[in-house]
This record gives sequence, structure tokens and C-alpha cells, in this order.
Amino acid sequence: MKFNNFFKKRKIPLAWLLLTRQPLRIFVAIAGIAFAGILMFMQLGFRDGLFDASVTVHKLFDADLVLISPRSKSSISMSGFPRRRLVQAMAHKDVIGTTAVNWNFLLWRNPENLSTRSILALGFEPSNPLLIDSDFERKAKTLKNKGRVLFDDLSRDEFGPISSWFKSGRLVETEVAGKRVRVSGIVSLGPSFGADGNLITSSETYLELSPGNPKGSIEIGLVRLEKGSDIEKVVRSLNISLPSDVKVLSLKSFIDFEKNYWKSSTSIGFIFTLGAAMGFIVGCVIVYQILYSDVSDHLPEYATLMAMGYNLRTLLGVVAREGFILSIMGYIPAYVSGQALYALVRSSTKLPVEMSFGRASIIFCLILFMCMGSAIAAMKKLADADPAEIF
Amino acid sequence: MKNINNNTNTLNIASLNHWYGNGEMRRHVLQSISMEILPGEVVLLTGPSGCGKTTLLTLIGALRKVQDGDLKVFGKQLFGASRKTRQNLRKNIGMIFQGHNLLRCLTAEQNVQMGADLLNGFSYKARRAQSREWLRAVGLEDHLSKLPHDLSGGQKQRVAIARALAARPKLLLADEPTSALDSSTGREIVDLLKKLALEQSCSVLMVTHDPRILDVADRLLRMEDGQLLPSV
Repeated sequence: MKFNNFFKKRKIPLAWLLLTRQPLRIFVAIAGIAFAGILMFMQLGFRDGLFDASVTVHKLFDADLVLISPRSKSSISMSGFPRRRLVQAMAHKDVIGTTAVNWNFLLWRNPENLSTRSILALGFEPSNPLLIDSDFERKAKTLKNKGRVLFDDLSRDEFGPISSWFKSGRLVETEVAGKRVRVSGIVSLGPSFGADGNLITSSETYLELSPGNPKGSIEIGLVRLEKGSDIEKVVRSLNISLPSDVKVLSLKSFIDFEKNYWKSSTSIGFIFTLGAAMGFIVGCVIVYQILYSDVSDHLPEYATLMAMGYNLRTLLGVVAREGFILSIMGYIPAYVSGQALYALVRSSTKLPVEMSFGRASIIFCLILFMCMGSAIAAMKKLADADPAEIF
Repeated sequence: MKNINNNTNTLNIASLNHWYGNGEMRRHVLQSISMEILPGEVVLLTGPSGCGKTTLLTLIGALRKVQDGDLKVFGKQLFGASRKTRQNLRKNIGMIFQGHNLLRCLTAEQNVQMGADLLNGFSYKARRAQSREWLRAVGLEDHLSKLPHDLSGGQKQRVAIARALAARPKLLLADEPTSALDSSTGREIVDLLKKLALEQSCSVLMVTHDPRILDVADRLLRMEDGQLLPSV
């Protein structure tokens, strides 16, 4: 019945015909909107990618809760807290396991050209879980020997061709903090803002490499809970029961804590959001120009329609529909090129830039807003369509 | 429109005045015009340019606000009528312009359908069939899907006639419909217009300069300096 009604009311698709019978104009419009869309996709993609990159390691932790010192500000300035707190946390009935993690920057010597560079070193007890990676347990076993490290093959090239040497069967030995270490395995974590590269080693080796580390002090405590336990509830009760020299966070808030540091304490967010805003404004100007000149060109025709008895609302609807059609037709190429450029960025910068549903819809809304806003602005010109003038 | 009484005149005008401009520049372009058109009548209005013919036409077409006097179309008073009333009234008035004023982006058939689309209560298919029927009536059945760009002047004016009639008006206003056409085409167009209008019992008011087409009129009105001359 409803469909029937629609069919009865159906009219000539004037907006569609106005646009498609002017191929050059619609091409310029689509190119302009797509350009603005691509600009927004890239800027927001870079921004989110950079924030995501700051938590590449955080996301891989096999943990439900994370203990940190309240003095820790971010991954590049972690403070220690007593390891005993993890044992105390074990007393909670929902806690099934913990891992003590040391986290600090050490100097890595490039075995190829002997230059040194700061690398993020993680130390942990190899018998405890650390990362969510099925193969990691096997690699961790190799750390039981003293002086062995796992090297992150996504680290920047400045650390030396470690993984290619290792994979070719070569014995890779170098110095960390002035002490000899041997690479016993390769992991994939990824560089972040703070760290150009990562290595993982046992607590024993870690303490050897950084002898200044206070005994019994760790930077991160990973806590695993019984399946199905209420994470927020455990966080609250542990925060009450543990002394104030430690802070309990869920893994998600630990990730947000790190991201927030980069969002609020650096200008990255501002710079890229501004870039996206400029794309938006450029798009607005282009669409407005296109729609305005379209309305001006067809003014006598609009006036004729008014003289025939079409009311102003119908004509405003035509312009609005033109804006809507343009937004859809401009968004599709922007989305496709965005995907392609993201793939290019991922392969050349190792930044985790992904097309997320949230960003894709935000940019669609922005483009829609841009087109409809411009359409509304262009409608003002329609007021000049005076049917009395066309005789 | 329900309230159109078949017994009333199509058009009644009594002491209609109209001015352009303000203050010193104010010009009295229509001076106490009185006239009427009966249903189905074809009336021609002639006179030198600038005498106010077109102004009168736009007033009757409900495209301008009436400033002073009585102007009734289908018995409806236009003096003091709201914008909405005028807008609705326009659906019952067909207009044919000096230039054809077709929509450039629409084919002949779609242009005519813009007229038919004003009718309520017909399905899309029915309106489309009607449009084709009207184009056949004006002899353009072979040019349905041509754009105005690809039609000759006479053909465009035929499409304009079909579009105006497709909305089934009760009054047709034409402003020099033949001025852009050569004499034989002009003649054809006017004959066609008269024939089709009469079939619909639609009154016609045509402004023209063209002396060759005066004989189609039931009645001839002459205007000079904003005044109607007594009929001869």
C-alpha cells in the first residue's frame, strides 16, 4: 500500500537529471567533494593512527587489569612500585594470575655499524604469560638462559638488520647497556611514539642490564581475572584494598591513559584535526560554488516552474536533493581512495592506519553536512526566481 | 478546484490599476482596466510595446500582487489574495512564453510531464501516458526523447503548448507565442493552440504583435498607454 502510494506520487527526478545532464559540472563537484573527503580521511587517519601507535605494545598485553605507579605519566616516563603489591592483589578471589613487568629504555648497539640507540626493554618472568600470542610461550622459553633477548622485527631499521640476520640462521649478538646479549627469537610488536623499537627479556637478564633498578621494584603489573568477572568491580575493590603507592586500571583504561597523554600533552591532535577542518572548509566552498552557479544558471527555469504552479518548497527540495546526491557520489570515491591510501601509509610507515567504521561514518556525516549546508546557502539564490520577470 | 463555478466567467476585471516605482518615478502602467473573458473564449490583446500588456498578463496569471481594483479569476478575488492562494490558482492557469522556457535538462516528454505532474490522483504511468498523448496531439510523437537543444523553434513552442495543456488549465495565457517563429510556423502554432484549447473548453488570452494571426480571435482587445481602447 505504501509502495503503491509512493508510485502514485512519483515525479520526474529533476534533481538527478539537472546534475547528470551536466557531466562537466557534476565531475568537478564529485572531484571536489572527493578531494575534501580524502583530505579528511587522511588527516583523521593519521591522527588516530598516531594515537593507536602509542599503544601498540599495551594492546598486546595478556591482562585484564594493569597496576602502575600513580607517578607514571606515560610509557616514556614510567615510575616503579613494589612488586609485593602484585602478591597482595592475588588475594582477591577473582584474580587467577599476575605477571611483573619491568619497563625502561636501554641503549642498544647496532651490530652492523656499532651506533647506539635507545630501545624499550621489557623484563618479565618467562614462565608467566606476557603477550596474547599463541607462539609467544615457545619463544619465551628461550629466555630462561641468561643474556638472551627477543627482538621486535617491526623496530625501525636503525637498530640493524637483526631479524634478517636471525632468520638466515646467523648468530646475532650485540650489546645492550654495555653488556653482551644474544637474540634468541623475533617478535612483532611495532614501534610507537615513545619507542623506536622493543626488546623483551627475562627479569634476571633485565636486572643485569640495568643494575641501578631498585630491588623488588617493577613498572607494570599485569593481572588476569577469572572469566566472566566484573572488571570494574575488581578495579574498585583493589584500588581500595591496595596501598596508595599503586594504581589499578582496566586494560582499556590503561590504553586510554596512554593515548590521553599523547592527545592532551602534544599538539598532534590539534594539527591533524585542523588539517581535517581545512578539508571540510575547502569542500564547503567547492560544493557551494557548484550549487550556487547551478541555481543561477537555471534561474529562468525555476521561475518557469513557479509560474506553472510549483511552489517554492518543491524547488527547495530539488536543490536539497542535488546536495544529497552529490554527497553520496562524492563520498564513494573518497572512501575507496581512502582505503587505498591507508594501505599505502601502512606499508611505508608501519603506522597502524585502518579504516574504522566510526571514522568512515563521521566523514560521511561531515560530507553530508557540507553538501546540505551548501545547498541551503545556495537556496537563497532561489528567492531571486521571480516568475513575473520571465514574460 | 471545487469552488470553481462553471457559470462564472473565467475572468472578471473591474477598474484595475497598477503602478511601478515609487515617489517621483512612479508610473501608472494600468489605468482602470475593465474586461471579462467567458469560458472557452479566445481573446487577443494587441498594442504597442510598453503599453502594459505584459503587466496585465502577469497580474491575471497571479504572478504579481494586485495593487488596486478587482481581479477575479474563476470567480476568485486576487486583490489581497495570499501567496498560497495565488500559488494554487496558478495550477489552473497555463502559460506559454515568448521564449519557450523549457527545462534544458529534460527531454520533450519529461518537460510535458512536468506539467502533468501538477495533477493529483494519477499514477506515474498514467501521467506519462498523458504526456505522450499531448505530444502526439502537437505532432511530436517522433521526438519524445529529444532534448530542447535538438528541437527547432517551432517544435520547442509545440512542446511548451503541450506542457501548458498537460496540467489541464481552465485559462491559457500566451505572451507573443509566435514572435520567435517564421510566419507559416507561427500560423500553425496558433491554430493548434486554439484547436486544443477549445477541445478542453479552456479560455485563451493571447498577447500578440503579429497581424497575421488576428483572425483566430473571438474578440480583439487593443491597449494603449495603460488603457483599454473601446472595442471596434
